[in-house]
Amino acid sequence: MPQTGAFLGFVHRRRRGAELFLLVLALAVGAGAYAAVGLGVEGTIPANMIGYTGWLAALVIAAHVVIRIAAPYADPVLLPVVAALNGLGLAVIHRLDLADDTEFARQQLIWMTLGVALFVGTLLFLRDHRVLQRFTYTLGLSSIVLLLLPLVPGLGATINGARIWIRLAGFSFQPGEVAKVLLVIAFAGYLVLHRDALALAGRRVLFVDLPRGRDLGPILAMWLVSLGILVFQRDLGSSLLFFGLFLVLLYVATERPGWLVVGGSLFLSGAGLLYYISSTTGKLGHVADRVDIWLNPFAHYGEGTDDLAFQPVEAMFGMGWGGLIGRGFGEGSPERVPFAESDFIISSIGEELGLTGVIAVILLYGFIVERALRAALVCRDGFGKLMCVGLAGVIALQVFVVIGGVTRLIPLTGLTTPFLSYGGSSLVANWVIIALLLRVSDQARRPAPQLSVESDSDSESTQVVKAVRA
Amino acid sequence: MNKPIRTISTFCLLLFLALMLNATYLQYWRASSLDENPLNRRVLEEAFASERGAILVGRTPVAESKPSSDRYEFQRTYPQPFKYAPITGWFSYYSQTGVESSQNSVLSGDDSRLFVTRLVDLLSNSAAKGGSVQLTIDPAAQTAAYEGLAALGDDVEGAVVAIEPSTGKILAMVSLPTYDPNELAGHDFGEVGDRYRALQKQENEPMLNRAIQTRLPPGSTFKLVTAAAAIEKLGYDTDSQVPGGATYQLPLTSDDSGLIDNEGRDCGTDKIPFTQAMGQSCNTTFARLAVDVGADAMLDQAEAFGFNTDYLDDLAPQATSNFPEGMDEPETGQSGIGQFEVQATPLQMAMVAAGIANAGTVMRPYLVDAVLTPELEVLPKTDPEELSQAIDANTADVLTDLMVSTVDEGTAFAAQIPGVAVAGKTGTAQSGQDDVAPYAWFTSFAPAEDPEIAVAVMIQSAPGTERGEIAGGALGGGALGGPIAKAVMQAVIGS
Repeated sequence: MPQTGAFLGFVHRRRRGAELFLLVLALAVGAGAYAAVGLGVEGTIPANMIGYTGWLAALVIAAHVVIRIAAPYADPVLLPVVAALNGLGLAVIHRLDLADDTEFARQQLIWMTLGVALFVGTLLFLRDHRVLQRFTYTLGLSSIVLLLLPLVPGLGATINGARIWIRLAGFSFQPGEVAKVLLVIAFAGYLVLHRDALALAGRRVLFVDLPRGRDLGPILAMWLVSLGILVFQRDLGSSLLFFGLFLVLLYVATERPGWLVVGGSLFLSGAGLLYYISSTTGKLGHVADRVDIWLNPFAHYGEGTDDLAFQPVEAMFGMGWGGLIGRGFGEGSPERVPFAESDFIISSIGEELGLTGVIAVILLYGFIVERALRAALVCRDGFGKLMCVGLAGVIALQVFVVIGGVTRLIPLTGLTTPFLSYGGSSLVANWVIIALLLRVSDQARRPAPQLSVESDSDSESTQVVKAVRA
Repeated sequence: MNKPIRTISTFCLLLFLALMLNATYLQYWRASSLDENPLNRRVLEEAFASERGAILVGRTPVAESKPSSDRYEFQRTYPQPFKYAPITGWFSYYSQTGVESSQNSVLSGDDSRLFVTRLVDLLSNSAAKGGSVQLTIDPAAQTAAYEGLAALGDDVEGAVVAIEPSTGKILAMVSLPTYDPNELAGHDFGEVGDRYRALQKQENEPMLNRAIQTRLPPGSTFKLVTAAAAIEKLGYDTDSQVPGGATYQLPLTSDDSGLIDNEGRDCGTDKIPFTQAMGQSCNTTFARLAVDVGADAMLDQAEAFGFNTDYLDDLAPQATSNFPEGMDEPETGQSGIGQFEVQATPLQMAMVAAGIANAGTVMRPYLVDAVLTPELEVLPKTDPEELSQAIDANTADVLTDLMVSTVDEGTAFAAQIPGVAVAGKTGTAQSGQDDVAPYAWFTSFAPAEDPEIAVAVMIQSAPGTERGEIAGGALGGGALGGPIAKAVMQAVIGS
């Protein structure tokens, strides 16, 4: 990895001032949206405007200060982007609260506080991400346990058809959200160790290097785990996310597109098999239903039908109604869409902030992914690279699956929109993801240790330079 | 590992581009088709919650939006609900009918003619208001028609249509039984739904606009069309002798079903004057004339008056009046007296009278006189439009003379107005069912020399009236419909 900046004489600047400036803009988005919701729905600025803004500002400034202390070279764009998304999400949830008479925004703010606390904790206590590599198998095992938890009788709960929740002392939590972070770390740790075996052995078929049969073990195991999530937990989205993630990391670790061919065909055969079983036997009916709703939503909407497509069709109507510039907060009816505050929050944004708002949100996600991949590029160690790619992949795939599902690009699968959607587990997990990304990018952008600085002046010409020439 | 990372970056870029393109497709290109989807409640709610323009008769609104304190902000109200319901229709959360539906783009403010107003509203950030619609209805004629028809009893089923012959303006349009559109425009949707279902279940079909949606055999009023064809094709005029007789055996028939009689009216023997034939509404004469004219010429004449076509753009749906094609001789004979498969709406029979009154030119009937901006500025008025030249002016004169004589000396005497020459024709049509009383018709126009109004009255059923009274023919249409037509004509001529 010779292209690290420091080696070429280029040193990354800290750019903390830029981060602070962008944070002010992000706060303006969050607070402005909150004020606009009050003005649009109730006609006045919300009574708790100052307290709300203060709390929001305190959270992001705290995060900023901790970055200054613990990760001074970290990427300056990530935190402001996340702050803007989270602030916008809170405002939209608050707007839906006003329509539905719920209290989700307040809870979401508490979860955000917890998320920022974990973000701070991660940055303060994890001073070097490579430490995580030691826990590869521990983390992998715990993520499997977390994924299985909802299936434990008495603990797991089925909400809206998916058995991905656990209920403890009145709180419901989606362990899968945490599991996806742990899985990325475990994947990265495993692949960085075994990449050579997976990369070098194999045979060539039709210009593509296919892996050896005995190396197929891990990918087959992951395929079965994903299928299991789909069949037993009825969670199409997570299943797609985990398998896609593993595939991407395998490809990056081995640099062999052959893995994509193997994985892609496994995915297609799995999906085809499930669709076949679902449409012929009626078991796993939700898979065939989802596809049918995707293809013919209007056949499942309105009186005289099963009304299965009520949610996606209302979302489409809402987004069409919003048009280019949106109706404005309080002028649309985003509350017509069930779960508008969670999976379908992008339709609320589309209706009241228009295409402009939707594109802005997609671009913000694009920035996160781009910044994460950039950190992966400049990172010096393989584990860090893989982890960054994995975390970027988590965000990108989630965004694509959810927004693509809501806008009918692909069949609808339930996943949350990172940072926007109401949902504590997801929000907390995503803040930790950002902390990990910042940690890696801090490491990557930090000037390389000057090995020669402390050495004596007479030894410098003889040793270091010659070693390089050799 | 950097090469695959770059590949992955490109892949992510493609994913996000696909998302943005798809969002643009959904919110820009598909937006209008989604908005037009009839199932889209957002659009309907928006319409329901906006200040809609008024429907005006003269300067009086018959439908208007009044501020309300609930979330929809405006309540559609109908100040004279029963009298105008067949015209205004209703504006409910679920559906619209009548002028509320046909002029929806004006009333809601979306019409291109209101573009400037809309732009001003947008720039001044005030809520958009709809334009108003000025109807052609004459309130006095409408009231006379409504009260006259209602006076026949609570259970009367019938319709009255009045037209200004020279323009085609609809001056009155009444249909009974009627309903209260206010009940359907309410904001308590459960109650509205119940009321709607109750109205739909009612056997007398109150939501049916019988003036344009009910077509029945026009009976003797159709003899005007037969006479028109006979004058045009066979060269008869006012003083001509036409075939008469107490009975007429239709060609190709030999039994009673093919035997036409005159239900006791005096139609002479071999030849009688045309005025007597029209005045006594001689079935034998007009069946014979229709056979003489022939099926094709009869069809041409009926279609020239508007049969077999749709002509009213301002209300929907409407029934198309029917004159059958390809009839044989006995069927042609039956059709000549408005039986067989001949069916007409009251509007169609009013147009026959109006065409005769307007020297043979049938004007396209219309209901919307003008569109007004929210500031009540009049946008260009509707131009009267010629529908067809049904007969030539000479034929129209002959028919007018025959109809005046029918009022002065014949079956249509009930429509006489002192000092005014009235032209009229009665009709009684067999329902074809033994347990259903005949339908009574009356059509007329006045003043005969310079017609201001043409009227058609149709009474589908008037329980409480003796069956014999209707079946009497002379009394039938004349006794029931005549006074109503007279009152409507007087309302317009007197003013």
